[in-house]
Amino acid sequence: MEYRISEPFTKEKFAQLKAGDTVLLTGTVYTARDAAHKRMVEMLQEGGQLPFEIKNSVIYYVGPTPEKPGNPIGSAGPTTSYRMDAYAPVLLDLGETGMIGKGQRSQTVKEAVLRNGAVYFAAIGGAGALMAQRVESAEVIAFEDLGAEAVRKLSVKDFPVTVILDSKGGDLYSEGRAAYLESRE
Amino acid sequence: MRVIDVKEVAEAVAEMAVQTNHFLGDDVKCRIKCRAMEEPWPVAKNVLEKIEENIAIAEEGVLPLCQDTGLACVFLEVGQDVHFTGGLLEDAINEGVRKGYAEGFLRKSVVGDPLRRINTKDNTPAHIHYEIVPGEQVKITFAPKGFGSENMSQIKMLPPSAGEDGVKDFVVRVCEEAGANPCPPVVVGVGIGGTFDKAALMAKKALMLPLDRENGDPYYAEMEKELLERINNLGIGPQGFGGETTALAVKIMTAPTHIAGLPVAVNINCHVSRHAERIL
Ligand code: SF4
Repeated sequence: MEYRISEPFTKEKFAQLKAGDTVLLTGTVYTARDAAHKRMVEMLQEGGQLPFEIKNSVIYYVGPTPEKPGNPIGSAGPTTSYRMDAYAPVLLDLGETGMIGKGQRSQTVKEAVLRNGAVYFAAIGGAGALMAQRVESAEVIAFEDLGAEAVRKLSVKDFPVTVILDSKGGDLYSEGRAAYLESRE
Repeated sequence: MRVIDVKEVAEAVAEMAVQTNHFLGDDVKCRIKCRAMEEPWPVAKNVLEKIEENIAIAEEGVLPLCQDTGLACVFLEVGQDVHFTGGLLEDAINEGVRKGYAEGFLRKSVVGDPLRRINTKDNTPAHIHYEIVPGEQVKITFAPKGFGSENMSQIKMLPPSAGEDGVKDFVVRVCEEAGANPCPPVVVGVGIGGTFDKAALMAKKALMLPLDRENGDPYYAEMEKELLERINNLGIGPQGFGGETTALAVKIMTAPTHIAGLPVAVNINCHVSRHAERIL
């Protein structure tokens, strides 16, 4: 199925999604990679506040190239998600509803997705130029010293993603492969 | 003897950094196009078409193909009758990287120390390999390497008794374990023989071989074909969403080795298989 979903990105809106569905997201998405995740989780442990409202948020695992003058962002495809596995469950438990990245997740993340009714999306790895064209504006809101890894608030329009882990336990990485192999028999 | 000013090297490196991050070689583009046409699984076909669209957007020269514009890998084949002037060759290469990554708005993805992890902010130092060859030319190969795929690479010191089957099983297993992480469809570089380090270097160099040219040794040409078929029978597909096209090509390089060893290295590259050559 194909869906168009606009913010707020609530669990209720994501509940209909199944592994393999394609979705065009429109609204605010926050960027964070390894270093930003590490800092955010440390901030929480020290009793601090996150740099953005985590409830109903979607976090995109990306470290874009520097933007050329006149462009909102540089190339902006997903980075490999497993490096965020150690931190993601904490954020999911606080109300993050969606993650965008690429590649397999750990069992702990899968459980946190299920427990919270969240969704894990994949964007196309290595299609950073294509993704950048769906970003209308970008603003660094925290950890500016991290450069490409700083937290950015992106405003995206029709941002194309595919559902990998749905809120009911579906996993496209195993189901898609199995379905294709079955089709050949 | 031929005299070459290292500034020429710096200039060439800077240009290639920008070029490789926006334009893929015709061999890679052609392979992706063919696979997009032949891919039987609709989801997979769709992903391959998106990848082609991305290539077309990057060719306009504004947005790099991928946000990971790589660790700058530079291979130099230096004719032994060449004399460099105007400074240190290594400094010139790094100057080229610095310039190319700054002026090309490319991402700076290098940390100065593997554990203390402070970004060097100019994507230096480059990862450089020198080779001395006959003649008075200098061949520079520039290959920015993304780490999503680099991280999925593996090396194994097999016992000689593992033989051909042991090598093939290992290569296929590495691709299966990599799954969706290295942004499939991938290019698989395999180094067989040599030493621990030589096998890894060959695997990386194999990634720079033209995809449209067969291995010169029929025995290994056959093995490349068989491996590609086995990898594409895994069903992982483009981006791991399922489908036939898990790999675009398998490329093998070999070297003599010790009677007691059979080193095998598998270096994985993504579909954004970037490299360019320049002869000075
Ligand atoms: S593995 Fe390749 S395509 Fe994927 S993010 Fe890294 S450089 Fe880009």
